[in-house]
Amino acid sequence: MLRLPTFELHKPTTVAAALEAAAASGPATRFVAGGTDLLPNLKHEMIEADHLVSLAGIESLRGIRLDGDDLVIGPMTSLTDVASSELVQERAPALAQAAGVVAGPQHRNQGTLGGNVMLDTRCQWINQSYFWRSALGFCLKKDGTECHVIEGGKRCVAAVSNDSIAPLYTVGAKLVFQSLATPEMIAAGAPEGVQTRPVPVDALFKADGAYNKKVGLQELLTEIRIPALPAGHRGSYQKLRLRGSIDFPQLGIAARLDLDEAGVIVHADVVAIVVAARPVRVKKAPDQLVGQTPGTPGFEAALAELCDLATRSVKALPNIPGDTEWRQRMVPVLIEDAIRACV
Amino acid sequence: MGNLNLKINGDHHPVDAPDHWTLLEVLRYRLDLTGSKQGCDKGDCGACTVLVDGKPELACLLLAGASEGREITTIEGLMPAHRAAGGTGADPVQDAFDRAGALQCGFCQPGMMLSTRALLNEEERPSRERIREALSGNLCRCTGYTQIIQAVELAIHETCGEPVEHPAWAPDQAPWGDAVSTVPGRKGTGSSDTTQGEQA
Ligand SMILES: Cc1cc2nc3c(=O)[nH]c(=O)nc-3n(C[C@H](O)[C@H](O)[C@H](O)COP(=O)(O)OP(=O)(O)OC[C@H]3O[C@@H](n4cnc5c(N)ncnc54)[C@H](O)[C@@H]3O)c2cc1C
Ligand code: SF4
Ligand code: FES
Ligand code: FES
Repeated sequence: MLRLPTFELHKPTTVAAALEAAAASGPATRFVAGGTDLLPNLKHEMIEADHLVSLAGIESLRGIRLDGDDLVIGPMTSLTDVASSELVQERAPALAQAAGVVAGPQHRNQGTLGGNVMLDTRCQWINQSYFWRSALGFCLKKDGTECHVIEGGKRCVAAVSNDSIAPLYTVGAKLVFQSLATPEMIAAGAPEGVQTRPVPVDALFKADGAYNKKVGLQELLTEIRIPALPAGHRGSYQKLRLRGSIDFPQLGIAARLDLDEAGVIVHADVVAIVVAARPVRVKKAPDQLVGQTPGTPGFEAALAELCDLATRSVKALPNIPGDTEWRQRMVPVLIEDAIRACV
Repeated sequence: MGNLNLKINGDHHPVDAPDHWTLLEVLRYRLDLTGSKQGCDKGDCGACTVLVDGKPELACLLLAGASEGREITTIEGLMPAHRAAGGTGADPVQDAFDRAGALQCGFCQPGMMLSTRALLNEEERPSRERIREALSGNLCRCTGYTQIIQAVELAIHETCGEPVEHPAWAPDQAPWGDAVSTVPGRKGTGSSDTTQGEQA
């Protein structure tokens, strides 16, 4: 039995009321969407919160729609709905695939895309009970001073593990955050009133597993916007895990290829997750693949070289449970699978 | 009285519970609905599965306070709902799990049966692959899953009014193809009314 620590629960029904509740409750406040990540972390005393602001009653944060050329997904849309949406399957196939392989069926009914984007990092030394962590003397992410992954490390390298984030990188998603400054922040010069800021998804993360986001805890994700992609857009997400369900990824690779009418690759992108605290983009992907035509010897040679080159920048660390060498060896395999699934 | 008003198995339940209680804690320790099991209590096993607005979710990761306004179905609600819809006996899923011997210790069963019920409400004749996928969030430490999947297939066949092939592992005297529950609006293969399999 794992009890939750005590906190006060706020149940707003509008975004404005949620922002007000968060601003009034002080720094130890968290938004809770489906709760499938936050609740285990609270139960393990990995996160401390005096106030939770539930987003469950805010209807405006749910749903999938087109706004001009953009596909807009509300952060409270369940992963099940994202995976089964024809609009998402058509416009951002890799995202639909990734949403469909997060955890197990119950987590996907309950868990939301917003919660997935904002998921905490994972490490075998931290996602444990308080008792377990105490026996180890804790670690620098929470309550301790040492990292058990990198000896002498000064920065947490817990792994970014949200399946949806790699596809969101490849489609160039924009995240819209809204916030209201706390009285202390206003006293320190922050502007009053609701602030809205769009953040390109590849600018969301920093290389610190203790908190790997560049947005604050009081900032509410209100929209996930995916720009229109060309007609020849192809996407794929490949996930490595031990069991076919429930497990977090051991490695995740999203690939994007856009083909022109003649079948020539005009845009290529490959992004890896679960190697470090932030997603890793394989920068060589466009150099290798753009201009190639799938099915030709030139494409085959370029793909083989890309898989080889990628292993130099995509380096698995012993941060999550599982065989690190296996994860490393699977990097080129998953990249090849992801690219081939696009063509 | 009660700071929360939960709708569980069709009834309104006013309950008093602190903000940090999960739905699972309210079900078990306030309402005595102990059919929902507390296994890992952190989202790994599916023993606490309940239906929320018809879909399987994990009661151990759901705040009770955030469950207001949703239709919650626990294992205790399956048979009454089946009968209210004009059926007899237990829900065909419960009945099939019972007759197929799809359990040993039984701890995973409420969750398994609720995930199955949600699947069969959505799809009349799911493939074996679809059954495996729908039950993939429910762990069973005892059975090895074979009989569980066959129980789901038994429930499907009987619900559709089709004869069921006698599985190789079932004893000859098993009342196979002699269903003890009927489904409203469908031609069942049997009609004897029994409360066998009723969940306490
Ligand atoms: C056994 C198990 C297996 C899992 N496997 C996977 C897996 O394979 N892949 C995977 O990606 N995840 C996995 N998860 C994690 C989780 O289920 C999913 O990531 C899910 O999408 C989280 O969404 P949620 O709505 O439940 O988030 P919550 O738990 O409600 O929130 C997660 C975090 O995001 C913040 N947050 C939520 N919504 C917003 C918002 N709108 N604005 C700002 N902040 C917000 C919360 O404050 C919290 O910090 C697993 C979880 C469990 C328990
Ligand atoms: S990477 Fe190091 S500091 Fe971070 S959670 Fe793991 S052990 Fe702790
Ligand atoms: S008790 Fe809820 S998933 Fe195990
Ligand atoms: S019967 Fe024992 S866990 Fe399934």
